[in-house]
Amino acid sequence: MPKVKVDGVEIEVPDGATVLQACELAGKEIPRFCYHERLSIAGNCRMCLVEVKPGPPKPQASCALPAAENQEIRTDSEMVKKAREGVMEFLLINHPLDCPICDQGGECDLQDQSVAYGRGGSRYHENKRAVTEKYMGPLIKTVMTRCIHCTRCVRFSEEIAGVDEIGAVGRGEDMQITTYLEQAAEHELSANVIDLCPVGALTSRPYAFEARPWELKKTLSIDVSDAVGANIRLDARGREVLRALPRINDDVNEEWLSDKGRYMVDGLTRRRLDRVWIRKAGKLQPASWDEAFKAIAKVKPQGSVAAIAGDLLDCETMFAAKKLVNALGSDLLEGRQTGLAYPVPSLAASAFNSTFAGIETADAILIVGSNVRWEAPLVNVRLRKAAKKGAKVFIVGPYWDPTYPAEFLGDDAAILHDLPAHVTEALAKAERPAVILGGAGLAAGAFDAALALDVQRDGWNGFNVLHFSAARMGSLMLGYAQKGGLADVVKAEPKLVLALGSDEVDWSQFDQSLKVFIGHHGDKGAHAADIILPAAAYSEKDGTYVNTEGRVQFAEKAVFAPGDAREDWTILRALADALGVSVGFDSFEQLQSAMIAEVPALGEEGLADLGKLPKAGKGKAKGRIAAYPIKDFYLTNAIARASAVMQQCSAELLHGGEALEAAE
Amino acid sequence: MLADKDRIFTNLYGFQSWQLDAARVRGDWDDTKALIGRGHDAIIEEMKASGLRGRGGAGFPTGLKWSFMPKESKDGRPSFLVINADESEPGSCKDREIIRHDPHKLIEGALIAGYAMRARAAYIYIRGEYIREAEVLQAAIDEAYEAGLIGKNASGSGYDFDVFMHRGAGAYICGEETAMLESLEGKKGQPRLKPPFPAGAGLYGCPTTVNNVESIAVVPTILRRGAAWFSSFGRENNKGTKLYQISGHVERPCVVEEEMGVTFRELIETHCGGITGGWDNLLAVIPGGSSVPLVPAEQIIDAPMDFDGLKEVGSGLGTAAVIVMDKSTDIVEAISRISYFYKHESCGQCTPCREGTGWMWRMMERLRTGDAHIDEIDMLQQVTKQVEGHTICALGDAAAWPIQGLIRHFRPELERRIEEHNAKFAEAAE
Repeated sequence: MPKVKVDGVEIEVPDGATVLQACELAGKEIPRFCYHERLSIAGNCRMCLVEVKPGPPKPQASCALPAAENQEIRTDSEMVKKAREGVMEFLLINHPLDCPICDQGGECDLQDQSVAYGRGGSRYHENKRAVTEKYMGPLIKTVMTRCIHCTRCVRFSEEIAGVDEIGAVGRGEDMQITTYLEQAAEHELSANVIDLCPVGALTSRPYAFEARPWELKKTLSIDVSDAVGANIRLDARGREVLRALPRINDDVNEEWLSDKGRYMVDGLTRRRLDRVWIRKAGKLQPASWDEAFKAIAKVKPQGSVAAIAGDLLDCETMFAAKKLVNALGSDLLEGRQTGLAYPVPSLAASAFNSTFAGIETADAILIVGSNVRWEAPLVNVRLRKAAKKGAKVFIVGPYWDPTYPAEFLGDDAAILHDLPAHVTEALAKAERPAVILGGAGLAAGAFDAALALDVQRDGWNGFNVLHFSAARMGSLMLGYAQKGGLADVVKAEPKLVLALGSDEVDWSQFDQSLKVFIGHHGDKGAHAADIILPAAAYSEKDGTYVNTEGRVQFAEKAVFAPGDAREDWTILRALADALGVSVGFDSFEQLQSAMIAEVPALGEEGLADLGKLPKAGKGKAKGRIAAYPIKDFYLTNAIARASAVMQQCSAELLHGGEALEAAE
Repeated sequence: MLADKDRIFTNLYGFQSWQLDAARVRGDWDDTKALIGRGHDAIIEEMKASGLRGRGGAGFPTGLKWSFMPKESKDGRPSFLVINADESEPGSCKDREIIRHDPHKLIEGALIAGYAMRARAAYIYIRGEYIREAEVLQAAIDEAYEAGLIGKNASGSGYDFDVFMHRGAGAYICGEETAMLESLEGKKGQPRLKPPFPAGAGLYGCPTTVNNVESIAVVPTILRRGAAWFSSFGRENNKGTKLYQISGHVERPCVVEEEMGVTFRELIETHCGGITGGWDNLLAVIPGGSSVPLVPAEQIIDAPMDFDGLKEVGSGLGTAAVIVMDKSTDIVEAISRISYFYKHESCGQCTPCREGTGWMWRMMERLRTGDAHIDEIDMLQQVTKQVEGHTICALGDAAAWPIQGLIRHFRPELERRIEEHNAKFAEAAE
């Protein structure tokens, strides 16, 4: 632990710290553009110059200089002030003065730092540089004249995303940041470069000219586009969520967010269910809440009712539905809409036990039937880190590009019973072995075979199930699992089926039932429904979510639901009255306390204690893993499907080739 | 004047063949095994004793540089020698003469130097524009392989050593040692941050020493004739002989090997037939390639041409590329052209150089015509100071120094132009 002096104050800094980190520990702000905690050090913006003794009689880039014993660092000397002014002046001479029409305005590092560290006026009387426009796809808007060449975007794509999409061409003042051959950036985390860009060179295309940051109401929320539960902030103006931005949570999403979680928010205002509908003579007709409740009561669902939970649900909605179903004398609850029926002997057996942060430290990883890049892009980033540290990665399933070295072991799930010798050896020798079981693996019956693998070590549980529905862990904790899966519900032929935003179910199986859809988007579920009760999306209600690790997180309500739509729990509460039963709560607080009383883990934010792993059963993995469940990364849920941006991404980034072929 | 018997580069002018047979007649590859037989540390000690300072411009003691290399590989990483033949400094043309007329000196030097620093292989990074030179060098390397001089059991010494030639693609910045390593690795030629220094983590992350062609090519001769012989030339701290490259307004521009510390006057009189138009016609000299400040005539004439002698007149020896300018030179345009060169060659990685070189060149262009304000001379001076010392590599310094030299020595000329120009427009406005 070297001791250094920062502006005369002596402090001790951790080994391996840089001078910049030492200054920060001492409470000194060091301006910077290229330096970013999660990226490699480039040292090219030269804004973080400080004076360091002993050393050459010139200012040093503090981001790249290791802190050493007895260093004397000055951040307040005349030399440092001059150096900062000089660098700032250079950055500004070719930066356009277009702040009034720049979307970065108000959250621009260059703006802020030029106020704090720049000189008052300009001495540059030559022409400013102009840079030709670049195209980086439907999400990233470019105004490259504003670029200050910090290369954060380049380093992000290379190091974090693992694709060589963005780079610099040319040299000197003609250097330009561009995508390869000006193709769209296709990686599913590509839009993170917008957050990283310290100036307005890379801004959000869908959000272009929408709002200024100071007009927005910021709400802390949780991303529901996958089961990672990325921590997000919803920025809303009036009743509309304008953008979603990642919050920093090192345990979950670090500070990244998948493109889907970030850009499906425009779907929140499209194809919304904002009134009650009842199917009459085969056609949906507008109706009132009263009519709908009466129609539901008419089928006399007592003892013959089921609830099927969708992928985006919060725990409170599922709990309220559970209470209603129970009160009606049934416990037909299911959340695995596509009919998966893997056993749930304990919650630990269906969770990502090693945790996301933990999987980074794994040294041998076997992925069974999961296209991690699409099912959980943020987990793939962690896997990439593990692979970079030397972890061996094996994948069972059809090929996908993991962005790190991995060996594909074929499509046959049965291989789990007879793994090749080098895989067995790698797992056996590993200090932190891990298996990641994805949806396709579960479908192929690989659950017991994966559970039988020895991936436990002292203080390490390497058995991981990677879900991709935000509601999955919550639904399992609340008992939304029948032994035979959805088939059990079908077999029971319930008179009434409550479809809680469940858009992935094959509804033809429920021809005999009255299907009441309680959800927010006019998607597949609503199309099949007999009665539609408009409810709230994740941005429109408070709620508890549990991610695939079993991490309980709380999201807040950002805006009100549109039209007649209500928060889901109030609908279910009113329905209880209409059906003449009692669910035992009259307010959201009462609902939450009842839920926490029943499942205490849901009352505490953070990793829930899911118990021990059970012994493996006798299930046999068999058959080819022909394909992964996600066919189109950008269109996996009702909100994304309603989003114009996501549709464009899908068309351009995933089916762009097909469109071109068709045009020929 | 250096006696012919004391010249290291005996085929500098290509009067004889460059090929192996002729090189052997000149003494190259003569019992190289015995030189290697002295052992790693003995060679490094001999080099330290010779007082050889790096010939690439910075003048870092060569033997000392080699001694930074690890004595054994603790983690199995090999060491490498990288030879900088990316000679792109305007005015500089010594490495080219060595490579095309005496390549075996370089290859033998590579083997011995590589052996001394325990390197596995040498990479010679040659300037892309040196097409014929690259052909000669590759042919010479092939000859040496064929004769068993390098490769497995090089020269019968029992040491395995490979020599590879790599051609650059025309970027001046790839002559900077860490940018050269990046380029060798196949990346964009941009200097790396230091530390770590190449001796710790260089080419492919392995310990690496980067040396200039001339520094390596003189090694075999120094070892054969002894450190005492080499250090008998020149002044204290500036030992040995050096290739001077005189261009510009002299009667006979040439590349010539001379003793370090030879005065400018002697250098020009002896080898170049004098200044065009006589000594009174001399305006200024850039003594070490485009990146050092110019020195006005009266200061340079009797200055000793070595590292310390030129430092005393506010300039530097650099690569000893002496650019002589007589009074017919438009000195402002000359420096402006140099500024353009640096603007063109800046890699664009770090801010002060990327933005500053362009700004300085545009200012210089206006000063050339006088289309400026007197205050802007001071402003330009400040801008050069804002670039100097604030960049990752030395290109920023190299771009700033020529302008600083101009302002230091020719400020009256700049002011005259501005006044003349403004007077012309003042008249027109009336």
